[in-house]
This record gives sequence, structure tokens and C-alpha cells, in this order.
Amino acid sequence: MSDDKTGTKNIKDDVNTSRRNFLKNVGVAGAAAVVSDNASANVPEETTNPDADITADEWLQGHFSLMSDKEKQEAIGRLEKRYSAKYKKKTTVANTPAPEGVLFGYALDISKCIGCRRCVHACVKENNQSRENPVVQWIQVLKIPKGNLAFKKDKLYDGYPSSSAMGDYGIQVGGNAYEPVGGLSTEHADSYYSDDEKVPDKNFFYVPVQCQQCEKPPCVKACPVRATFRDPNGVVVIDYNWCIGCRMCQLACPYQARRFNWGEPKLSAEEMNPKTHYFGNRPRMRGVMEKCTFCLQRTREGRNPACLEACPVGARKFGNLLDPDSEVRKVLATKKVFRLKDEMSTYPKFFYYIG
Amino acid sequence: MKKIVSFAVDVATYALKGGIQYKVWLLFLLFFIVTGSYTAYIQMTEGLITVGASDQIPMELFFANFIFTAHVAAAAILVVAPGYFYHRKDMKELAVIGEIIAMVFVATGITFILFHMGRPDRLWHMIPFIGYLNFPNSMLVYDTIVLNVYLFLNLIGISYILYKKYIGEFDQQALARWFTPVIYLAIIWGPLIHICTAFVLSSNARMGAWSTAVMPFGFLAMAGASGPSLIILLFLLIRKHTKLHINNSVIDLMSTIIGWSLGIIMLVFAAEYFTALYSNTEHAAPLNYSMFGHNGLDMYVPWFWGTVGTIVVCFIAILNPKVRKSYDRWLPIVCVAVFMAILVEKPMMLVFPAFSPSPLGEYTEYHPTFIELYNVASTWAVGFLSLTFIVKGAVGILTGEVRYQKPEATT
Repeated sequence: MSDDKTGTKNIKDDVNTSRRNFLKNVGVAGAAAVVSDNASANVPEETTNPDADITADEWLQGHFSLMSDKEKQEAIGRLEKRYSAKYKKKTTVANTPAPEGVLFGYALDISKCIGCRRCVHACVKENNQSRENPVVQWIQVLKIPKGNLAFKKDKLYDGYPSSSAMGDYGIQVGGNAYEPVGGLSTEHADSYYSDDEKVPDKNFFYVPVQCQQCEKPPCVKACPVRATFRDPNGVVVIDYNWCIGCRMCQLACPYQARRFNWGEPKLSAEEMNPKTHYFGNRPRMRGVMEKCTFCLQRTREGRNPACLEACPVGARKFGNLLDPDSEVRKVLATKKVFRLKDEMSTYPKFFYYIG
Repeated sequence: MKKIVSFAVDVATYALKGGIQYKVWLLFLLFFIVTGSYTAYIQMTEGLITVGASDQIPMELFFANFIFTAHVAAAAILVVAPGYFYHRKDMKELAVIGEIIAMVFVATGITFILFHMGRPDRLWHMIPFIGYLNFPNSMLVYDTIVLNVYLFLNLIGISYILYKKYIGEFDQQALARWFTPVIYLAIIWGPLIHICTAFVLSSNARMGAWSTAVMPFGFLAMAGASGPSLIILLFLLIRKHTKLHINNSVIDLMSTIIGWSLGIIMLVFAAEYFTALYSNTEHAAPLNYSMFGHNGLDMYVPWFWGTVGTIVVCFIAILNPKVRKSYDRWLPIVCVAVFMAILVEKPMMLVFPAFSPSPLGEYTEYHPTFIELYNVASTWAVGFLSLTFIVKGAVGILTGEVRYQKPEATT
């Protein structure tokens, strides 16, 4: 067994050296071409694919949580090697354990949010999402019309049924029924307003939605292979190497928070963030699910999520729900807090408040 | 061992024999399989981006067709049950054909699921003890288990009966000892695969259109309509082109089942639509969308009314004894209509409109791609080719045309 392993390692090293030489020869022009498209596709086919045996080992690996420490190290080694070769830069795949006695929570002030989508772009950058075809964004900002223009006098005599013996003012449904009134309703929400649009528009308010890190997550229940599960900090994570791509979790999620890699993710070497975590922002492959992890590659090391750092108006607060002095706890103690889609009984740890 | 080899060879040679129409049918299916392997290759190498699905509508035609195959597979017990539960002599012999339909359709459904999965190469993660099954939480796990058990129950039943008949050792006594329990289990298992498939859908609380308790009942009724439609068509063809005798009483039982299944479908739809539409809350939004469209998005509207209309018309038609007895004209037409209506109902009424509005209020239309449609067609071609072959071989054995000849001079 161990002999076999060393054998493959040698082969791997040989191939990698030959590839390195090849790249040296191609030089700058080659590197530029690599940046433009999917990196691996642009490395010309060699007689033996440099990633082949790595991929076979990767394909055979079990569920990460069930691995021994040694297997985990090997799995991470494989990934680091593959990513470093693919993106032409030293990539680390951390396995930082979940900190003890911490339950992560997030709070977002919808009265402050201006809908600038800086959080969306910071998230894409931090978490190595596919940039195009498919475009993957973990945060979706809803633009919801305010109610100040909703009710109109000329609709007083509209409605359904439109005429009856009782008069023409809608016995069952009044004419002003279906107008947006500025409540947190998705009915008139638009999440596809242009990035160039001037924000905030005074007739709208903005609600960013991302994974709500439910305490009772329906997605975890639906996954047939436990590829997605709650970590000890209450964050729902995905083992991208264990996911079989059945999309049952996406079907179960009431927040539309999960994103599927419909095609090979397009992430250029330049834009790739090389500081990654196994359950967090490491580059994904085609055909697996992904979603917000509260930036666990950062938060497990005591830093704040990228979306929070990017927010220009301080609408986002993050912290340990078990610590009474944390910012989230202060929000929970002093503000009017609510959860999105409370009726789904998912008990999110992502709170919205009106500050 | 020699007997098994000769069993396979004899059945295969018999299954390939046939008139010019039969050959054309086989070539027609083969064309889709061969050309479809290319579109399948494209999908497998480039991923599901080549199909019409998106994060808004993550379930594609493969998933919708999978539900339909479960309908037909579950309904196949309707041929098996009368022979074994009610001891109908005219149906006991035909039970094996029912089992073949069940087996082939479950296998076709599993093929659809392979197309549906993002990582079919990681299917081994679902093998118990080697992979990890999220048991007892995930409904998909239950569905996988029941489907595979059903597949193997039928596989065992079919090969045992056909092989024993082939070598001429078919013995009722020996049969009763262990084989009848297998058949009884398969009969119970039929509805089970279907109830589980319904629960895979109705377990999603966020899918307002699906979280309804009538889902399994509707599914079973649709099984009772679509399955016997195929069975009648198959029996009429067998009767016309082979020496196997099938009584009119068998066809009549099947058309009665179709009729009342259509009736139950209408009741289930009516109950569902009334409950949703009277209060007209957000649960009715997908239904309103498929009935009347939404802000100009009205792709599903003709499909909705067309399917509902076909079901109602077929119900009224099949209540008429003249239609039921018109074995070479009206009955096949009604059967094709019912089969197609239920097939179309799956994507265009059940699956796609249910995703609009999405949890964040988005309305989407689903447009299948050419590759997706072609992969669906080629999967159906594989299914119908296997169905044709296995049924043909089985008919040969049942009529006694395919028999084991003891090798005399040679070896």
C-alpha cells in the first residue's frame, strides 16, 4: 500500500516538473491565455494528464468528517497541489477547526442598507465563485418598492367582481388590493436591478438575502449523503467533494440561498483567492452545490465575514450569539429584530432588524 | 451453465426476429440511442449547464420524466395483482409481462436520475456501508432504496419464471413455496415506490404547490391511468402480432381501471384546486401562474388547459362501452391520449410551474434545450428498446416457441 503511494507520488512529481518546464517555455503569452479562460482547459493535453492520479485519489476519498487525521492531511495535500498547479499560485486549503463554545449569528439593519451590492461583490471575490457561465453569487439583494405610491383614488371603484347589485366597488377584492405597500414581501421584489443604477432609490428599500444558517435547516435533512451538515458553530457547510449534485437541498431551502455549479466554474487565476478552507471558499468543481458559510475561512480565525467588511454603511453585524457582549447580542437585546420567513420554522441565525 | 447460455442466446435470437415493421421500429429506437450517446456525452462533459435548468428551476425534464416512469412502474402491479389476489386464470400467465414493464420502467427512471445528477460519477456515495446514507432523514434515500428493491424483486421474478418455463421445469408446487411471496412483496412494493416518490416532492415545505397531502393519491391515480394505457397498447400489439392469446376480459379490466383512475385524478385535482383557489393565498400562486400566466409569462397556460381537457375528455370517452370495446380503433387512441397527457402533465403542470414564484418572488419559464430533449428521447428509446426485446422474448417463451432443446449429437 505505502509502496504504491510513493510510486504514484514519484510519477506525479515527474509530470509536474515537465509541466513546469513547459510553462516556463511558453512564458508570458501562455500565462495570459490561461487567465482568459478556464485554466485547465488551456494547458495543452500532455501524454498523461498531470491531474489524473490526483483526481482518482480525490474521487475515491470518503466523507471529510469521517476521515482520520492522516487522510484529512492527504486530502488537503492533494487539493493544495491541484489548485496550486491550476491557478499558478501557492494555494492553501486550511482545515481550521470550529472554535469551542461559539454559535455564530448575523444581524442586518434593513433601514441602513442602501442596496449598493458591495457585499455581493466582496463575497464573490473572497469566496472564489464562478464569475461567468454560470454566474454564482451567494448574496441576492431584493429591491422592494415602498408603499408611498401604492394606494390610488381612481382605483376605488375597481375590483372583483367589477359590477354587482351592491355597487361597482369590488365586493370580494378591492381595486387597491394588489399594490405594494412596502412590507417585507417578495411579491414585488426585484433582485436584478442594474449594478450601474444609482442607489439608494428613495422609492425602494433593500433586503440582502443569503444563507440564513438555520438552526433547523431543511437542506441538511434533505441531503441523501450528508454532504451538507451543521458544523459545531451552527454554520451549515458542504463537503464539495462528497456532494452528488442531486439538488434536493436546493429544493428544500425556503430562502433560495443555495447555488449550483451548472457548468465548470470560471475562475481566473488572477482573481482566485489562494487562502482557502476545505469547507469554505476553496474552488468548487462542476456539478456541486455551494452557498454562504459566513466566510468560515475567516470567522473560524476570529475575523469578520467579507460582506461585513465591505458594507459602507455598517448595516451588517456579526458575532458569537453565546457572548453577551458581542455585537449581534447587543442588536438582539436592543433592536426590533425579526427572522425572514418565520412561518417556515427554520429558526435562522441571520436576523434582520430596524435600527 | 450451458442452459443459461442457451437461454440467453435463444431469447435474444427470437427477440430480433420479426416483420419489416418490427425491424423499422427497432432501427428507429436504435437511431435515437446511437445519436443520443453524443448528446449524453456533451452533457456529461460540460455539465448540466447544457440543459434548461437554473437555480430558479433546479429540476429538469429528467426529473419530471423520472416521476412518470415511477407511475408506469407502479401501475404494472395491476396486471400482476388480479392473477395472484383474485386468482383470475386469464391474467396469471400475463403477470410476467406486468413485471417486465415494472422492471424496465424502474430502470429507465434510474437512467433519468443519472442524467439529473450533477455528479453521476459520485453515485457510489449512496451505496450503503461504502458511502454514507442520510438515513432516516432524507426522503431521497427512501426512494433510492424502494426503487432498487423493486427493480431486483422484478428481475428475480421475471428471470425465474421465464427460465423455468424455458427449460420446461415450471412447477406450480415449487413455485408456490418461495416465488409467490416474492410476487406478493412486489405487489405491495409497487404502490410503495410511488408513495415514496410523492413524498420526495411533498416533503419540501417551501414548494407551496407540492406540500399537499393528496400528492400520493394523485400519483397513484395517475399511475392507474397511465400504466394500464401502456399495458393495453402492449397487449393489443402482442395479440395482433404473436400467437399469445389475451382475452378481451383482460383488456376490459384495464380500461375499467383507466376510467376510474381518470375519475380519481379529476377529484384530486378538484380538491387541490378548490383548497388552493378559494382562499387564494400564496399557496395558490403557482396554480394561478399555470392557469392564467403572470405578467405576460404564459408558457404553461395552454399545457395546463390542454392536459386537464384531455383528461376530462378521455374520462367521458372511456365511460362509453363502444369506446371500451373498440379494440382496434378508439380504445388505442384514448390510451395514447391518456399516456401522453400524464407524460406532459409531469413537467408542464407538476414540476416547472411549481417553482414560480421562487422563494424570493421570481417568476421563471422553463425552456428545455435541444440536448436535454434529445437525452430524454434517447433514454426513452433505451427504455422502449429493452421493453420490446424482453417482452418479445417472454412472449416466445410463454407461447412455447422458445424452448430448451437438449443437445443431442453435439458435445
